[in-house]
Amino acid sequence: MKLQLRGITKRFGSLVANDHIDLTVEAGEIHCLLGENGAGKSTLMNVLYGLYQADEGEVLLNDEVQHFEGPGDAMAAGIGMVHQHFMLIPVFTVAENVMLGNESTRAGGLLDLPAARAKVNEIAARFGFHVDPDALVEDLPVGVQQRVEIIKALSRDAKVLVFDEPTAVLTPQETDELMAIMRQLKAEGKSIVFITHKLREVREVADRITVIRLGKVVGEASPTASNAELASLMVGRAVELTVQKDEPKLGDDALVVDHLTVVDPIGQLVVNDVSFTVRRGEILAVAGVQGNGQTELTEALLGLAHHVQGSAVLDGTELVGQSVRNILESGVGFVPEDRTEDGLVGEFTIAENLMLDRSESPPFVRAGNLQRSHLADFAREKVEEFDIRTQGINEYVQRLSGGNQQKVVLARELSRDLRLLVAAQPTRGVDVGSIEFIHKRIVAARDSGVPVVVVSTELDEVAALADRIMVMYRGRIVGIVPGDTPRDVLGLMMAGEVPAEGAAA
Amino acid sequence: MSDPQPPKGDAPGANEPDADVAIEEPAAASPEGGTATDDVRATASGPGIPAEPGEVQPPSKWQTMLRQIATGNAIISVLAVVLALLVGAIMIAFTDERVQAASGYFFARPGDTLLAIWESVAGAYSALFQGSVYNFRRDDFLAGIRPLTETLTFATPLIAGGLGVALAFRVGMFNIGGRGQMLIAASVAGWIGFGFDLPWGIHMIVALIGGLVGGALWAGIAGLLKARTGAHEVIVTIMLNYVAFYLVSWMLRTPGLLQAPGSSNPKTPAMNPNAVFPDLLGPQFNLHFGFILAILATIVVWWILSRSSLGFKFRAVGINPNAARVAGINVKGMYFYAMLISGALLGLAGVSQVLGTVTTGFTAGIDAGIGFDAITVALLGRSTPWGTFAAGILFGAFKAGGFSMQAAEGVPIEIVLVVQSLIVLFIAAPPLVRTIFGLPQPGSKPKRSRKPDTKGVKAK
Amino acid sequence: MSRTVEHHRVAPQPDALATTVVTSWKAPIAFAIFTLIALALAVFAPRPGETTYRWSRETDAIQVPDLTVPAMQALWAVVALLAVSTLYSVLLVRSKRRVPLWLIVVFALLFMFGFLTWAGAGSSLPMIGLLFGSLSLAVPLIYGSLAGVIGERAGVVNIAIEAQLLSGAFTAAVVASITGQPWLGLIAAMVAGMLVGMVLAAFAIKYFVDQVIVGVVLNVLVVGLTSFFFSQVLAPNAAALNTPPRFDRLHIPVLGDIPIIGPVFFRQTIIVYLMYIAVALVYIGLFHTRWGLRVRAVGEHPQAADTVGIRVNSTRFWNVALAGAIAGLGGTFFTIGSGIAFNKEMTAGAGFIALAAVIFGQWDPIKATLAALLFGFASNLQNTLSVIGSPVPSEFMLMLPYVVTIFAVAGLVGKSRAPAADGKPYIKS
Repeated sequence: MKLQLRGITKRFGSLVANDHIDLTVEAGEIHCLLGENGAGKSTLMNVLYGLYQADEGEVLLNDEVQHFEGPGDAMAAGIGMVHQHFMLIPVFTVAENVMLGNESTRAGGLLDLPAARAKVNEIAARFGFHVDPDALVEDLPVGVQQRVEIIKALSRDAKVLVFDEPTAVLTPQETDELMAIMRQLKAEGKSIVFITHKLREVREVADRITVIRLGKVVGEASPTASNAELASLMVGRAVELTVQKDEPKLGDDALVVDHLTVVDPIGQLVVNDVSFTVRRGEILAVAGVQGNGQTELTEALLGLAHHVQGSAVLDGTELVGQSVRNILESGVGFVPEDRTEDGLVGEFTIAENLMLDRSESPPFVRAGNLQRSHLADFAREKVEEFDIRTQGINEYVQRLSGGNQQKVVLARELSRDLRLLVAAQPTRGVDVGSIEFIHKRIVAARDSGVPVVVVSTELDEVAALADRIMVMYRGRIVGIVPGDTPRDVLGLMMAGEVPAEGAAA
Repeated sequence: MSDPQPPKGDAPGANEPDADVAIEEPAAASPEGGTATDDVRATASGPGIPAEPGEVQPPSKWQTMLRQIATGNAIISVLAVVLALLVGAIMIAFTDERVQAASGYFFARPGDTLLAIWESVAGAYSALFQGSVYNFRRDDFLAGIRPLTETLTFATPLIAGGLGVALAFRVGMFNIGGRGQMLIAASVAGWIGFGFDLPWGIHMIVALIGGLVGGALWAGIAGLLKARTGAHEVIVTIMLNYVAFYLVSWMLRTPGLLQAPGSSNPKTPAMNPNAVFPDLLGPQFNLHFGFILAILATIVVWWILSRSSLGFKFRAVGINPNAARVAGINVKGMYFYAMLISGALLGLAGVSQVLGTVTTGFTAGIDAGIGFDAITVALLGRSTPWGTFAAGILFGAFKAGGFSMQAAEGVPIEIVLVVQSLIVLFIAAPPLVRTIFGLPQPGSKPKRSRKPDTKGVKAK
Repeated sequence: MSRTVEHHRVAPQPDALATTVVTSWKAPIAFAIFTLIALALAVFAPRPGETTYRWSRETDAIQVPDLTVPAMQALWAVVALLAVSTLYSVLLVRSKRRVPLWLIVVFALLFMFGFLTWAGAGSSLPMIGLLFGSLSLAVPLIYGSLAGVIGERAGVVNIAIEAQLLSGAFTAAVVASITGQPWLGLIAAMVAGMLVGMVLAAFAIKYFVDQVIVGVVLNVLVVGLTSFFFSQVLAPNAAALNTPPRFDRLHIPVLGDIPIIGPVFFRQTIIVYLMYIAVALVYIGLFHTRWGLRVRAVGEHPQAADTVGIRVNSTRFWNVALAGAIAGLGGTFFTIGSGIAFNKEMTAGAGFIALAAVIFGQWDPIKATLAALLFGFASNLQNTLSVIGSPVPSEFMLMLPYVVTIFAVAGLVGKSRAPAADGKPYIKS
């Protein structure tokens, strides 16, 4: 089926998420939609899928104008979507998830589960994999959950399939398998829209590439275009992600992690027997596909995880078993992965957020009273120093952009006397300008002798910051390698393969 | 930090212009922000172009003010009260026998019906006013102003209890257990009040403290269970209401515990005069020292919430417990402390009942529904200390006036419950009130699109 | 916590993480407490005599022989068995295994038997009357808990069950009194309950008001409305407006003659028979029909439901309305179900016990029904014991449902997991 988007415009208040976007996808074609985080790709797809209503423009299928009131209409018209955040109900079985909204019933309105099971098996068999139709979705690994999403779309006879950032949660190996599935779908004559910001994947499967920036189509490219060409199209200027940094001035061992294991509430060993050392004045980057224990590792260092075994010693002080408060007071700075959820109180002002983890003692609190004038002075100083773009220190932090919010977090953490900085995904969802600023501040902290642990799923960021790189897979350390290790080696390690020359450094 | 009106907690609160917006759209309080994902926000500012403050001109001061008056909380609150009174008027009119009689010949003499309606409603509401503010039928000022003191007397436990509910709200908890906490507090204070013989003043203070501790501990059970096991405080406090009720009922009919000696009624003996709250305006008025305590409690709660380190942590936990935990705040501890304080405040409501209002001995009905009224008071006061204070006085006036309305006009006192709950419903849903009165909806233009994030299908 | 047992949680998935078993000491601790309570009864409050369990009435065609046990010997035997169970659970947990459900059930039954035997020492317990009364008292609780289950499964917390019961009781009394038709009263009650449900749904779904707040306020509102109209209208015209006819008891042939079961279950009113049907329908509906699949989807993950074309908010709205109708039907028990005139606040907290049953029953219609039966049993046991001279103050028996629920939500009894999106409004862009 041929899909056309004509002049799609979608506004959120004063901002224009999609600005007159045109896109044509032919049957039997894989069309990549390439763009940075926040370029407006998903908004466009949500318009296509009927989740948002476009302010202007129209969607055409086989040259007929469509009017989608909701996803139900889009599905009925033959559009299927594999959502980035799987739209599966964790406590339902695979078969129930596949049939939901499209149920076949027997006499008396009873669900026809055997038919749903058969459908799951039939579609899975077509693509050469197996999914147990009676397994609960929450028990399945993410890679399999994604296949359930694909089965769900295909079970509704989707002719146009939209994959929204499907590889974000996959290992390279799983990604390859997904690519194979996409090629097979293409061979069956489906039209495929593949949304991503990862250049290598684009070049591997795309027939055509459309690049979106700031809500506008900025160009089309062929899969033969070089990475550099695609990247400069995508970000609109030469990408300078490497940060100027000198050789590390290494000090003593500061953080010594020894046989650390974290068990989650259902008993999985999310961090499994991990040991490593970070020295003063170096950045250890923890790389890996999302969900391989990095988050839990940082939480364990902060005292946020339950069921932690082993030890993590910072300058002679054991961190495991301590309260978060004690760990913060012993000089650990923490930039959490999800700042809106864990780093900031949205309906607190910038000033209040700047004292969030110092609400116990001077200078911000004396005798149980908030020291409001001191806080105001401090906040003004930090807003200036960290270039936080705001109308004032009493603005709610939730009104700031992602980059400025992250600067608030960073300003708070770096203004304490640090003996260790743990930064998880420090530039996720942050604009390019802020990324540079944040990277510089992290390097500055390292140069002042603070040991730094940076967790990142972006290889670019890892390469830009790391003095050494530690790769995690399924809760274990695959290896710790020098900062200049080639990407292909890192990619293999992220899939769990130990590099041939063994874990160095 | 010139005017840090504390942001609201989980439940409706606060008096910022966007507080009611937060009620309509809990997930996102502002177009740019809310819980918007970073990606969306990055779209907002655009990669490489961080937050252009110049793009959207901030509205001028007086524009903002006008808009706040038209769409803000003050007018919504007033209109909600008006609307609720209107519904009450309709109920009064329709159930009035004179109106029913006159409507029998409505088409012959419609004027009679309208007159009857006017008489019944005006009579009821003027009785309400004269029973709660000033009685014009009395000659001298002192007798005329008596209703107002009655209002303040009724308001005392409402304010104390409302503060307790409001404080818990701000920490993200819903304390529905006011009834149980009041009963336990009343029992402890009452037991100390009639069972001991202590000097004047000291007796009262000991009984007061005993009651506060009782209320605090009873609420503390819910706080402790929430902190330790994650048990939802709504369910636990509801259940504890009944546990307390049966416990107190049992003690009231058990000689040697709370039952008055030589009596077979489930009732305590009268309080020892030394334990009774002194009258504020002399014996001809019922207003007692409890009202001073309610004012003090308001000040203390205000200090806790807006000026103290504890309140800072309370509010942080109330808005975003995850971030609070990551910032080293003892979230579970805060839940527990908040419930203790909340329980103590509801305890104060219970104590003021037994040591101030009903000093002749009490039964298991001593809470008089105040535990639930306190919720509506806190909601009407938007969980701010002084808002709660004002709301407590309003509802105190309804209670005081309701009784005289019942006596003078035969309108059942329960109309007050109806009006009260309608006020809260209307206040909780400002768009409804605006629709009814044809006011502009604030932010109606970006409303559809302001929260692309909550869709779950995250824009990326 | 040591990593002693490692195994894959999902066998066919080679990618699954290594796991260990997380065990909890809650069950053994709870067991120990109840064992100690039983022991304390035996040691500090011994009651001599025999306890007779009577299983038939004189009028029954088939007589079941009475069961007579010596009270103290039975209690001591129970204490011993409870202690053994407790020890066994300790051993289980120490070897990193979970305490199985059957053990918990057996433990509870044993404790109940021990308690009954102790409390009834020296007299005889009319079991038929006890069970019949338990079922009757459970009727509004069961209807209420079904309403709660449907609402919460759809993602709307229903604190207003009390209001729905009360409005049902009121409307049923008035309409049945005026028309003389209990059936019309029943339908009117369902409409009234549904209206309350619709108000709850409208405020929660359209205006995004916190559902607990709306529920609490609605309870106050309905108490106010019904009491106002009672005082103002019903009381002066009681003969015309508040003298409801009642549903008669129907003796179902054959089934009603089965010993024990017949007199308890099949000599009830139509409201009870409707309840059997309602429980079955709600159970089958929720778990085996398209309606139920969609309701649960909307309560668990509304976005996912939306992306497959299910209209989340209208699904929620109509199911909360349906829940209100069911609760309203339950309210008829108080007036036309029992032939009693309406009175102020006559539901007396039954809605909250129903809410407790929902949670204790883990949001499952069958389990919630069983929980409601248990609560009905506790409250009727109190009635029975006070007739034969109870050793336990009646207030403590009445307290039981609430205490049990507190234990349940604290996770000491069973593991409760509410629908994931329960209480959260779904905001469409």
